[in-house]
Amino acid sequence: MATLQIREALRHAIDEEMARDERVFVIGEEVGHYDGAYKVTEGLLAKYGERRVVDTPIAEAGFAGVGIGAAMAGLRPIVEFMTFNFSAVAFDQILNNAAKLRQLSNGQFTLPIVFRGPNAAAHMLSSTHSQAFESFYCGFPGVKVVSVATPADAKGLLKSAIRDDNPIIFFESEVMYSVKGEVPDGEHLIPIGKAEIKRPGSGVTVVTWGQGLAIALAAAELAQAEGLSCEVIDLRTLRPLDDDAVVASVRKTNRCVLVYHGWPYGGTGAEVSDRVMRLCFDDLDAPILRVCYEDLNMPYAENLEHLVIPSPARALEAIREVAYRQH
Amino acid sequence: MSRDTAVQAEPAGAASEHGKFASDAGVQRPRDGGDERAGSGAASEGGAARASVDEQRRLYTEMLRIRRFEETAARAYTQGKISGFLHLYIGQEAIAVATADLMRPGDRVVTTYRDHGFAIALGCDSGACMAELFGKATGLVGGVGGSMHFFARDKGLWGGYAIVGSHVPVAAGHAFASKYNQDGAVTFCFLGEGAMHIGATAEGMNLAGLWKLPIVFVIENNLYAMGTPLRRQSPVDDLTTRAPGWALDHDRWVVDDVVATRNRLARIAERARNEERPALVELLTYRFRGHSMSDPGKYRTKEEVDAWRKTDPLARGEAELRGAGLSDADLESIDAAVVAEMDAAVAFADASPPPAPEHRFRHHLVEDDP
Repeated sequence: MATLQIREALRHAIDEEMARDERVFVIGEEVGHYDGAYKVTEGLLAKYGERRVVDTPIAEAGFAGVGIGAAMAGLRPIVEFMTFNFSAVAFDQILNNAAKLRQLSNGQFTLPIVFRGPNAAAHMLSSTHSQAFESFYCGFPGVKVVSVATPADAKGLLKSAIRDDNPIIFFESEVMYSVKGEVPDGEHLIPIGKAEIKRPGSGVTVVTWGQGLAIALAAAELAQAEGLSCEVIDLRTLRPLDDDAVVASVRKTNRCVLVYHGWPYGGTGAEVSDRVMRLCFDDLDAPILRVCYEDLNMPYAENLEHLVIPSPARALEAIREVAYRQH
Repeated sequence: MSRDTAVQAEPAGAASEHGKFASDAGVQRPRDGGDERAGSGAASEGGAARASVDEQRRLYTEMLRIRRFEETAARAYTQGKISGFLHLYIGQEAIAVATADLMRPGDRVVTTYRDHGFAIALGCDSGACMAELFGKATGLVGGVGGSMHFFARDKGLWGGYAIVGSHVPVAAGHAFASKYNQDGAVTFCFLGEGAMHIGATAEGMNLAGLWKLPIVFVIENNLYAMGTPLRRQSPVDDLTTRAPGWALDHDRWVVDDVVATRNRLARIAERARNEERPALVELLTYRFRGHSMSDPGKYRTKEEVDAWRKTDPLARGEAELRGAGLSDADLESIDAAVVAEMDAAVAFADASPPPAPEHRFRHHLVEDDP
């Protein structure tokens, strides 16, 4: 086991897959000569050269489209968005091309492509730079969506994503690149589509992903101090959803809280809530609650931002509520 | 009459207008010194002089196949056999035929939703094309794409794209892969002049020029983006004036002759293939029908349409064949064979089954395939 930051785990995944398969290349803004805006791709240009570490101008629609066209022609691009906020200007490329070309061509084309980068709020970047894109990218078929929260998951899932023959949306987080954790030595692959229990428990199921994981774990610790046992499930893949893992836990706890970065209207949290309600309605002893962003544009000021973003305290309140604990 | 209307209304007899117009717009003359009109430029560009009768007959027949296919589809549309949007290529056939004739194995065509002509020219079965329009299981893409989304990878048709400009970066990506793999292929990316004003086009062309990709962007300027004439789309009439900003070679001519268009485009393609010189080509052409079947084209005058009919490459092809000695009977025989092919295409499409219900689940992810 090596202790790595998430950024290092991601870099190792890219490096190993580039060494393994010459068709894999990285493309995006500042990925090469600048060594990556968040240093995920540091050193890769020196190792692989400009053919395979491709700096682009500021043109998300352009380089996302180039990645798609290259994937159709047999390459395996890793497209880095400096942040998923900037993917909004490439949305048509992902929605209408990446997600649809295999179906539209009746299976003539395969699109092995990863779109990766930081997602959701960082810290005091205001509304245009603090958005969680799950609700957009999980909202249509033809893609898989992954969100990682630990170095081991980051490496194992990115390697799987690069080897997958489908378009993959791969969410990271600016504020989590320095998070450290143990990563298994040697070839480390984690299957896409599998959730993981990050903290076992018996009283309340807390479903989370991405930045939500740290909040959920902190809330579970607070709840434990009050004698409430929480099982924290990290979805890791948001599309397709691992219904089985969530349902198995809720059948045990009879209670479910969702903790995540993202707006409450529609989206992945609402989807999980719908599935739990449909798949194990009779097992529920309380309404499913969601702890997420307030339905607002993110403000810059630190005190306001803290109010909008979910906190362990807010998550704890929801955990108490579904357990009918008075405070 | 403004210069804009001059170029739009008098394509046939207005070579001098084109020249004046072009020089006024500051256009760079083509590197090979060709005239703006492909067929009537330097003598060496003349179609008849550069093609045998057999070749002329072959290219004429290919153009005629596209026209008859489109006319047949239009009839089927009015009969309710085709739904959705149907954008016809009538008037622009020479561009697809010229391109298909100059392509080498491995070369790719990426085009717009006005894509039937390329499919026919590239050798797709007319029955499969018609069946796609009919939404049948035997269609080119199994009945899931329809008119606007033709794909035939094995024929070099890498797609008809229905979001304007969206395919330009994708085509650049194909060319990126060619350069990455050194496969020697050229990607031909066709777009309407209406696509010159959207962001993805600019981004794709900039990247192609920046990276010197083996690609030729071809604007099929039929002068109308749906119902909006060029003069209300663009502050300049000559769209190749944008090429220097992307370091793209550029050329521009009226498509009135299939052979000359093929030869001129082939030289540009070889420079893209061998000399790292991507290009932006503007082909002045005309669609004789509306934007789609629901468009009566009332924004154009009959005089304008008639003027363009005089430069219809199909009519020119027929006249040249007559000049080469083909009789009425010879030409009728060619047409009869083409009409029979299209009748057979309709019969095939009619007789074909719709897609199986479970086909809707296919091909979203690779795991969906059996």
